[in-house]
Amino acid sequence: MTAVSTPSDRVSAYFHRKPRLRLGLLLGAPMLWLGLAYLVALGALFVTAFWSTDVFTGNVVTDWSLDNFVTLFSDSVYHTITLRTVGIALLVTVIDAVIAFPMAFAMAKLASPRAQRILVIAVMTPLWASYLVKAYAWRTLLSGNGVLNWLLSPFGGTGPGYGITATVITLCYLWLPYMILPIYAGLERLPDSLVDASGDLGARSPRTFRSVILPLAFPAIVAGSIFTFSLSLGDYIAVKIVGGTSQMLGNVVYDNIGAAGNLPFAATVGLVPVVIMLVYLAAVRRTGALNNL
Amino acid sequence: MSKTARVLLWTALGAGFAVLYFPLLVVLLNSVNADTTFGWPPKSFTLEWWGRAVTSEGALHALWTSVLVGLAATAIALLLGTMAAFALQRYRFFGRNSVSLLIVLPIALPGIVTGIALNNAFRTILGVDLGVATVIIAHATFCIVVVFNNVVARLRRLGGNLEEASMDLGANGLTTFRLVTFPMLRSALLAGGLLAFALSFDEIIVTTFTLGSGMETLPIWIYNNLFRPNQAPVVNVVAAVLIVVSTVPVYLAQRLSGGESASGGRI
Repeated sequence: MTAVSTPSDRVSAYFHRKPRLRLGLLLGAPMLWLGLAYLVALGALFVTAFWSTDVFTGNVVTDWSLDNFVTLFSDSVYHTITLRTVGIALLVTVIDAVIAFPMAFAMAKLASPRAQRILVIAVMTPLWASYLVKAYAWRTLLSGNGVLNWLLSPFGGTGPGYGITATVITLCYLWLPYMILPIYAGLERLPDSLVDASGDLGARSPRTFRSVILPLAFPAIVAGSIFTFSLSLGDYIAVKIVGGTSQMLGNVVYDNIGAAGNLPFAATVGLVPVVIMLVYLAAVRRTGALNNL
Repeated sequence: MSKTARVLLWTALGAGFAVLYFPLLVVLLNSVNADTTFGWPPKSFTLEWWGRAVTSEGALHALWTSVLVGLAATAIALLLGTMAAFALQRYRFFGRNSVSLLIVLPIALPGIVTGIALNNAFRTILGVDLGVATVIIAHATFCIVVVFNNVVARLRRLGGNLEEASMDLGANGLTTFRLVTFPMLRSALLAGGLLAFALSFDEIIVTTFTLGSGMETLPIWIYNNLFRPNQAPVVNVVAAVLIVVSTVPVYLAQRLSGGESASGGRI
């Protein structure tokens, strides 16, 4: 080694001898940020759910009680909204899986490698186009003198107008790329030889699909479903734009933070999607879907 | 595979893409539709809305706020995301899986949860007024994962051979980082940064809960003007511009990262 030792050399050598210190410095700032800005905030949300609001001043009172939970579980309005939200999220997830699977299959197994690259970019472009622009596009499509009614009128039909159907259509549209991309990635990894072997052993296409392709692609479908389900569960804007008067859990949270000014109750309602998501994640853990994210 | 199956699959793919792009095309067409209520089919075309949009003070002001927030959040995410990527890709330690879960959590949970958790933490717990700073903190939190994904993918592909060679040839750690590691990471950082900026620029739910009252980012401006009939054409022009502009980061990021992980944070 050279005898000359610059300050930079000495600093480098010092850190080189101490890998734990290097790791600590690298990890410290991101963990501090995520810990403080996110974990503490989540914890505080949980705590606030047990607090209440002063009826007269509207300020948050730090008295511990289960009142918010009692309201949430006893009021039938919240049952309806919770069931509706979960129903919409499940429906959107199933519809997206049914639409995305053949698309992803064609991309992964029929397209040439060059076409694959182009198709992936083509799926990703609408994904990055603004959320609001896409929801808004459906508002104009579904409106009274909009494109959908115009397209359907020659057949004597009309579009669904604004309402729950419109919300489901819009959410399906918004999250479709989030379902296509993981399934595509999963199918791309699935070796062709397995499909060929199934055929050689005498299985027809439906049997090969049911016994070979679907079981192997299942974790990827579940991975996609985590996004479509979670994103639908927390949405309140699409339903405001195309949902008419119907409400989802997100709207209850939003209204309680804004107009009603009841932050503790908003926190309580906000815990519902968290709990549902955690149950969902625990349920799908066994499929290995989490490694596909 | 049978011929029928192939034809059906190609048809499904074609139909799927038609559905994905059709609404976006309608927005583009509507931005020159002379009818203020977007009656279909358009009877005549005009550029008047475009003229009104480029002089709309509210929209321009919101655009500036969005750019400011996006740049600041991206800068923080670039720094923290890269540090986390190095730590998780180059070291094996206890709790490594929990750390990677923590990085993904802000976008794995519904946006409304992130939004209300931060709103509550700022207002009730810390007693801070919401403003531009709070929204930057919120955006940086969920942008970290985008940078992280891009840098991890690049580090995994690079391995450590070139850095070892550099050290063997006598360069110290800092010189190696400056002359070897950083240049190889540059395009991944640029891709991650572009996608983080795009994610911040488009975010509305978390922004709603963390931005001070009276302030607007571009998505919030769109949302606030969505239900005002006389503003509809201007909103539509802004929407059309956003559709066209949003293709740029996707395309660039895909080129820069070589398809490693350009799909963004969620995937």
